[in-house]
Amino acid sequence: MGQGELLFLLAGLKWTVALSAIGFIGGGLAGLGVALLRTSGVPLLERITASYIALFQGTPLLMQLFVVYYGLALLGLRLDAWVAVAIGFTLHASAYLGEIWRGSIEAVPRGQTEAAKALSLSYVSRMKDVILPQAIRISLPATIGFLVQLIKGTSLAAIVGFTELTRAGNIVSNQIFQPLTVFALVGALYFLMCWPLSIYGAHLERRFAVSSR
Amino acid sequence: MNYQLDFTPVIEGLPALLSACLGTFTLALGGMALAIVIGIGGVVLRDSHFAPARWLVKSFVELIRNTPFLVQIYFIYFALPLAGVRLDPTPTAVIALGINGGAYAIEIIRGGVQSISKGQIEAGLALGLHKAQVFRLIVLKPALRAIFPSLTSQFVLLTLTTSICSAISAYELTSVAQRIESDSFRSFEVFGTITLFYLVISWVMMRFFALISARYFSYPVK
Repeated sequence: MGQGELLFLLAGLKWTVALSAIGFIGGGLAGLGVALLRTSGVPLLERITASYIALFQGTPLLMQLFVVYYGLALLGLRLDAWVAVAIGFTLHASAYLGEIWRGSIEAVPRGQTEAAKALSLSYVSRMKDVILPQAIRISLPATIGFLVQLIKGTSLAAIVGFTELTRAGNIVSNQIFQPLTVFALVGALYFLMCWPLSIYGAHLERRFAVSSR
Repeated sequence: MNYQLDFTPVIEGLPALLSACLGTFTLALGGMALAIVIGIGGVVLRDSHFAPARWLVKSFVELIRNTPFLVQIYFIYFALPLAGVRLDPTPTAVIALGINGGAYAIEIIRGGVQSISKGQIEAGLALGLHKAQVFRLIVLKPALRAIFPSLTSQFVLLTLTTSICSAISAYELTSVAQRIESDSFRSFEVFGTITLFYLVISWVMMRFFALISARYFSYPVK
């Protein structure tokens, strides 16, 4: 494998990082909304968000990407492939992060909500100053776990036809006929991104387990 | 927006899609079976007294859990023939699914084994239970109960993962859908329909596992 092929893989890596970042940030913002609606106490909103989450958790990520990709085109939106794929990952992440954060919000002891209400804090203040800071702490290990899942998931953009790391690997392997070398290298690059995150997540989990004992 | 939805290709392809669901089930069941075997074997090695075996299992788990399944299946797809093993895409996909699921199963099963305290086994023996009874009632059932929720949700995830096996054109729902799509160009209709198929499949699986759990594992613990 020459320098040109290596640079091509690294260009793909750049897109993998970009897609993961967009999906995580966009999905995080939307996911916060999903989590808040899911715990809002309004039955209709809770049921809608619960179905939204169930829809994404009960179907393959690949299908979600396909449906969003072709669905946006049907709506007459002429989008670049990367925009369509990024929207797909954002929706996917919003459902998963929404569910993780719902659990974390509910894991904050009820007394905290009651105390905040007794102090007549507004909903915004109650969430922003009391509940969410504690929920974020609880949710961190699972959130990082999902980030790892999302980074790995961006590889599916390759099947939709978007050239990120895995598809770059596919193209290079077709050129130089060394699939094992190429995919071992591609796998190693994913591993270098995901492993430190996994270790950090496990570390946080252990620390919280000790502190809550 | 003047696009007319046309489900004719989906309706005409319905028999092929429904039998492809069986392909998906075959991949999922094969993958689960292999994952359990790898999971149990991995736990035995992971907690053995032989350090290199422990290290090997640890690295295997980390390696699989931190790389995408798509890259794993490509690697296996190209590596097997070089190792002199010539297999069709479908068995190859089962192997890839089993290896992937196995890495997760090792961690889950290990957690279940560790949840059984030694004192309980000793208490069982002290009460005069036979060794086989101790294993069945005090080790196996509570351990299965402890790992059942995470193991079965991992199985549902594995079933959804089978769609990625279309990348090496294994026989399953997504690859059949892709064939119909490339013949008809009704992409949204085809993929939208089989997304619903997957939703039904995972819902049925979850209901099934919930029934088993209610039947065998619904007793108070403490």
